[in-house]
Amino acid sequence: MSKVAVHFDLNGKARSEFVDGGATLLDLLRTRIGDMSPKAGCLQGSCGCCTVLIDGEPRLACITLAEDVQGREVETARGLPDGAGRLHPLQQAFIDGFATQCGFCTPGMLMAAKALLNRKPNPTRADVIDAISGNFCRCTGYAPIIDAILAAAEAGRAA
Amino acid sequence: MTLRYLRYADVADAASGAARPGARILGGGTLLVRDINMGDVSFDTLIRIEDPATTAIDNVPGGAISLGGGVTMARVVSEPALAWLAPAALSVGGPAVRAMATVAGNLHAPAPYGDFATALLALDAKVVLHDETALIDLPIQDFLAHRRALHARHPIRAVRFHAPPGHSFRFRKVSRTRVKGLAVMTLAIVLPTDADGLIRGARIACGALAETPVRIVGAEAALEGRSLTPDSIEAAIAASVGEINPVDDAIASAWYRRAVFPVHLRRMLAGDAA
Repeated sequence: MSKVAVHFDLNGKARSEFVDGGATLLDLLRTRIGDMSPKAGCLQGSCGCCTVLIDGEPRLACITLAEDVQGREVETARGLPDGAGRLHPLQQAFIDGFATQCGFCTPGMLMAAKALLNRKPNPTRADVIDAISGNFCRCTGYAPIIDAILAAAEAGRAA
Repeated sequence: MTLRYLRYADVADAASGAARPGARILGGGTLLVRDINMGDVSFDTLIRIEDPATTAIDNVPGGAISLGGGVTMARVVSEPALAWLAPAALSVGGPAVRAMATVAGNLHAPAPYGDFATALLALDAKVVLHDETALIDLPIQDFLAHRRALHARHPIRAVRFHAPPGHSFRFRKVSRTRVKGLAVMTLAIVLPTDADGLIRGARIACGALAETPVRIVGAEAALEGRSLTPDSIEAAIAASVGEINPVDDAIASAWYRRAVFPVHLRRMLAGDAA
């Protein structure tokens, strides 16, 4: 079967790629484009480490078909630093708060948190817990991650 | 494996497409794309329904609510008029899954999934689907009884149900982890009462206690015409024995589910906090 052309924005830049029918967005990002920030974890939509934003909403790249991002805006953790290489406030808060250990869940956590802060810049702790409820971390016990997201929100308010 | 991905702007056309050998209807993808990743080669064509009717939320004549089959759980959560139903939608996965998972997909989700379908069963919903020839309305119990054998290739346009009166809808998902845990069981109950406070037409639905969500009609009958008291609750629990047929899975054994079902039903009926 022939490949399908998919045109979309990735981290603010227009991309056009040919994909196989049934290929996932995770395949497209990691294998064809080389953006390794979304991780291939469970491939079942359970662990959340492939979380990306599509039109600002959190989605799981492993169970999203590549053809379904046609004409849409995709954001990954690779696009979080600004153009000058400065880390996103969420990334800095994760570093400052020791919110990452093995790091495998971190890109998904960051994107889930970014979706929350985009929608709700002043989240409660309960909001944060709900926002990352689809993301597994097997190292930190979650508390440092929650604290880091709240700290990033606080930093955003102070900025 | 390369799959053919066909999009249809009309439910009737999608029904024709879905009738092709090797075709599967794609909802949010939370189960079907997972199957692709796990190497399921039993289908070679995906059917995407892009009919605007499948993403609409409407009030229909007669006071019923119509939820399009493609409406996501996140959309249900964000709809102020459906705030009473939000707990059922919120019980499905985390935010990313809820942004993808659809009403129609949940109706086809095998146990221990299908929490929202359990709520729809308690609401006595009608499933509006397109079979080989036309749109038909099916009672949700009939749909669930035959969903794999008869309706797997029938696009779901919408589900329709009446909002239960007052605070008569109760929903609880019992899981081993508080957020995003798979269901040990899901309970959805509608307890309408008459002017004297007596229960009329109770509906009790359970998920993850059989292959599909099921009604516990014995318990419903035991509550009919009575108020909720310790005695009537115990009568309902006694009547529910033998009405569930739990399955063993990685979440819980059938034995465990059967053992704790009366505990959770009792708590639900008594209005205890989860």
